[in-house]
Amino acid sequence: MPRIGVFICHCGHNIASTVSVEDVVKFASSLPGVVVADHNLYSCSEEGLDSIRKSIEQNKLDRVVVAACTPRTHEPLFRSACEQAGVNKYLFEFVNIREHCSWIHAKEPASATEKAKRLVAMGVSKAALLEPQAEGESSVIPTALVIGGGLAGLVATASLVAQGVETHLVEKEGRLGGLLNDISVLAPHSENASAMLKRLIDEVKASKKAHIHLNTKLRNVTGFVGNFSIVLNEAGEEKEIKAGAIIVATGARGFEPTGEYGYGDVPGVVTQLEFERALTGGEKPERVVFIQCVGSRQPGREYCSRICCNTSLKNALKVVEAGGAATIVHRDIMSSGTVWEELYKSASEKGVQFIRYALSDTPRVRKKGAGIAAEVYDEALGERIELAADRVVLATPLVSREDSAEVGKLLKVPRDKNGFFLEAHVKLRPVEFATDGVFICGSARWPSSAKETISQALGAAAKAAIPIKRGRVVIEAITAWTDPDKCAACGNCVASCPYEAIEIVEEGSRRVAKVNEVQCKGCGTCVAACPNDAMQQRGFTTRQLGAMIDSLVRHALEESS
Amino acid sequence: MTEFRPTILAFCCNWCSYAGADLAGVSRLQMPPNVHVVRVMCSASVKPEYVMKAISQGMDGVLVLGCHLGDCHYMTGNHRTAKRIPVVQKILKDVGLDEKRVRLDWVSAAEGEKFQKVIVEFVDEVAKLGPNPLKGVKF
Repeated sequence: MPRIGVFICHCGHNIASTVSVEDVVKFASSLPGVVVADHNLYSCSEEGLDSIRKSIEQNKLDRVVVAACTPRTHEPLFRSACEQAGVNKYLFEFVNIREHCSWIHAKEPASATEKAKRLVAMGVSKAALLEPQAEGESSVIPTALVIGGGLAGLVATASLVAQGVETHLVEKEGRLGGLLNDISVLAPHSENASAMLKRLIDEVKASKKAHIHLNTKLRNVTGFVGNFSIVLNEAGEEKEIKAGAIIVATGARGFEPTGEYGYGDVPGVVTQLEFERALTGGEKPERVVFIQCVGSRQPGREYCSRICCNTSLKNALKVVEAGGAATIVHRDIMSSGTVWEELYKSASEKGVQFIRYALSDTPRVRKKGAGIAAEVYDEALGERIELAADRVVLATPLVSREDSAEVGKLLKVPRDKNGFFLEAHVKLRPVEFATDGVFICGSARWPSSAKETISQALGAAAKAAIPIKRGRVVIEAITAWTDPDKCAACGNCVASCPYEAIEIVEEGSRRVAKVNEVQCKGCGTCVAACPNDAMQQRGFTTRQLGAMIDSLVRHALEESS
Repeated sequence: MTEFRPTILAFCCNWCSYAGADLAGVSRLQMPPNVHVVRVMCSASVKPEYVMKAISQGMDGVLVLGCHLGDCHYMTGNHRTAKRIPVVQKILKDVGLDEKRVRLDWVSAAEGEKFQKVIVEFVDEVAKLGPNPLKGVKF
């Protein structure tokens, strides 16, 4: 009889505010094979992991079930806790009662609790049949692929080549630098953006390890961490490259308004990026009005683009310092952090005017004589005022690139509702995707300042270099094997395997299917193809999955009827 | 009489549909609490026998969700799923059960909303079919 320990996570309020953890613990302790059932405020915290390890030792557990969040982010953590307490990591089973239960049934706590019980029962029934496994290893192609040649991609490439990693840098446009090409100076210290960009590009170009592919698009990606095959279209020509790790640094683009605030209609009304370009070109405007949150923080695009307030502060200061007048018309100035708040203070002191408007009464912009008139309802004064300007700058948000959907599809990585890529975990894996070997940095993730982009790019490069530097990646023990006593050597599995990992071999006097475990990727297709139940996948055996079905039938259909 | 709430088993592949279900969770998309997800590595590893076993034991509906065709993490796995599951549906029909109790669909890792839509639709459809007539039948 197995000795199973079940640990139910509150995840603070995330699970416990919907699911009655106490009820689930009580239920779990009644399940066959369960020696102990307990709960943790946060199972993944050091305290939680420690209590699980202690419980394994005290109760001589040989199977562990944690009901918490998703195995896609937290399974490695709990598996290693099991290992530390002397239980083979493949004797661990994860039950998802957060993403698949509490978060999606927030208004039905009673039903959610019952469902959580059934999910735990299913997990326990599988856990009872788990077997210890040993892991294999596979080699890593010592090359990285960086997608996107803007600031993020350049910094990541520079870091990788400095670490001695051969790196392919792919850029869809004909030049490197991305959005940075349009920026005049970088806030808050007014560093010359084009000088910085030139330095970076020179650094990358000087390295023999860097291979720059301009006018190049991603066509296809196959493979796994350590062994990716990538098809590129470089200026019309198809090329195949190999890489051990991939960094997504595809950036974002500035939102272009459609007719709001006289854009495209009133001469002199420009977006912030267009204004940056004008400043880079040496323009010195005299009267500038900046309008914040154009196309963001409103129905349809709710998020704050974060960088626009600081950019307007930076450019308003530049106007004022050159002897001009600048007014920032805003909803709230978001200049959080020591350096940015300093910038805001400095702008106020040097004469930049700030006027607050409400979403219910947005500024109106029209042509007036040779210039522009911006009419604003000033909340502080309680009256409508007219500002004369020769430039009105619309601070529009950064939005996801149109082709991010295609990149996401090729790499099989998720994006949020705004089209920005989603990392594996906000805190635990901030520059990684859930798919091993694929990393994310810069504004492709979320509108980021140059400083943040550089930090993220360095982080992604450091993470991507880990498998490459180790030279080997562990292969999860989810490969298939054959029970020779059941195998009739029909060959269905051989025909179904996408990796040609199975062959029929002579074994003594009989012929049986044999799985090459280095080639097997653990998809389990052969298991479904086998008519004799001879093919099995580690961690997903037919008995284990059958037990989960039986458990659901028992707890949902039989006991309720 | 209380409203019939079907019991549903869903097989989700690790790479796309399970991740899509996770994204639905992260996005707090609400859906009925009748669906129980079993994680498998690929939808192609779902033996038709699992689906038939669940249905024959009285499960009201079974969902098999995989990556979109062409997007399978294992290259061509889901093409096999696309061939196998319709066979199960045909068998159900042949033995007099409604083949709508088994549904095959594709949900990518980025499609939290699609996951929600599939769940809501399927639960609704199975609820209309009523309880699986095999429920409680001992063979």
